[in-house]
Amino acid sequence: MTTAPKPTQKSDGLLARLARGRPTKPGETYGVPGQGNTLWLSVFSISLFFFVWWLVTFMGWVKPLFVPSPGAIISKFFQIWDTGFTGTPFLEHVWISTARVFGAFLLACMIGIPLGLAMGMSPMMRGLFDPPIEFYRPIPPLAYLPLMIIWFGIGETSKILLIFLSVFAPVVLGARSGVKSSAIEQIHAAYSFGASRWQVMRYVIMPSAMPEILTAMRIGIGFGWTTLVAAEMVASTKGLGYMVLSASQFLQTPVVIMGIFVIAIIAFAFDLLMRFIERRVVPWKGRM
Amino acid sequence: MGLQIENVSVIYPAADRRPPVEALSKINLTIEDNEFVVALGASGCGKSTLLNLIAGFLSPTSGDLILDGHIVSGPGADRAVVFQKHALLPWLNVLDNVAFGLQIQGLPKAERNKIANKFLGMLGLDGFQDSPVYKLSGGMQQRVGIARALTCDPRVLLMDEPLGALDALTREKAQELILNIWNETHKSVFFITHSVEEALFMGTKLVVMSPRPGRVTHVFDLPFSRQFLSGVPARQVKASPEFIKLREDVLKIIFADEEDAA
Repeated sequence: MTTAPKPTQKSDGLLARLARGRPTKPGETYGVPGQGNTLWLSVFSISLFFFVWWLVTFMGWVKPLFVPSPGAIISKFFQIWDTGFTGTPFLEHVWISTARVFGAFLLACMIGIPLGLAMGMSPMMRGLFDPPIEFYRPIPPLAYLPLMIIWFGIGETSKILLIFLSVFAPVVLGARSGVKSSAIEQIHAAYSFGASRWQVMRYVIMPSAMPEILTAMRIGIGFGWTTLVAAEMVASTKGLGYMVLSASQFLQTPVVIMGIFVIAIIAFAFDLLMRFIERRVVPWKGRM
Repeated sequence: MGLQIENVSVIYPAADRRPPVEALSKINLTIEDNEFVVALGASGCGKSTLLNLIAGFLSPTSGDLILDGHIVSGPGADRAVVFQKHALLPWLNVLDNVAFGLQIQGLPKAERNKIANKFLGMLGLDGFQDSPVYKLSGGMQQRVGIARALTCDPRVLLMDEPLGALDALTREKAQELILNIWNETHKSVFFITHSVEEALFMGTKLVVMSPRPGRVTHVFDLPFSRQFLSGVPARQVKASPEFIKLREDVLKIIFADEEDAA
């Protein structure tokens, strides 16, 4: 009786193996781009970042003026938390900036979403509003900040307007392209039940535009935080952007970095909230 | 009364340096009450164009469509459409999808849910009222689409390849289901399909169409769906010599059209 030779792994060159997709484990789909869990890698990259930061400062390779140690940032945070910055309590800085960004954001959504939907629905609205929006959209807010100040003064109006404009364009464009996301069969089905144009809008087009509108809101609020520092550059005495800018003028690097982290954490927390809302409101996104 | 299609032509205007296309040429067709008309033909024969005309999504270049003595001039609740796919609303559950047409017509919630539940039961979807539609199988989604079309009690049911995306077994079951419902509700049906067997089995009248220009070339009266409804098993109907003979005849016509095109 002869026994068949034991099967062996076919050996290809290393390059050939790297260039080809690997077979998947049961339960996974072969060849899905970017498949795999990234949590531990992210934890690793964040840890590495903090470790290198700590190492560089602990060993004294870089002067604290340029890169203060993580500990210095934390103690600065508690110091400002206790005594405030330039005479204003820390939480008031946070509050005023958050109010500016979210005030402008809400305003931009309240005007931008209906306008975007209208532009998607009506060629007249699109024809009228497309040129001005496309004209100002690519201009950096810093470029028209002087105009805002000349026109609206150095008060709250020009600050909120500047942030508003940076949120407005992406929200309008998102709502506008969201109009296109309903299938023509869905629209035809509604019409064949005798729906009016308004009912089609209300019951088919607006719900199906929700995923794109929510994404546009996430992008928009990101632009809002980006513009915050610019908005608080002129004649501010309060706010996170003001705190960062004025600290930089006195070379208080720990305050600059601390301010950056606070902005990042608030923005990230809001993004998590938006993702949560997205899962609750449009669980069907991309499913049909 | 029924639906009369009189001398209807559709010509798509010239575009991109291509000449005008005659999608439908002088169609004459009547869909009587309680008649199940199936349209069959090679791709490009204009059967979907014809359905869009009846639904009111498209107006003819010349000729008239008359439903119960009125010229069709747009979509309306007297003609419900069942689409091949993509027509359900994924943000609504099964019950609300089926009740959608009644909601459009302004019925109070309790009343429309009662009607919707009746048709859900008729299509074997009891117990799925609260399920999200995107979690249903293709066959169940299609049944939701049919239930939704029936709720508004339309005069004519327009079905645009409603079973085209289903697997063979589900498809045969759905055919029998649709015939049973047609038998219970006495609607006029206009049904488009690519499958010759499906066309012969389901229709009381078969309309064979040919492309370039889209036109009706043959009309057959069919006995098979009535045989099924009177109790003969579906497989036995489909295996009968008359059925097979007609299937081959119709296939010959369609293959000839496809070869002309190639």
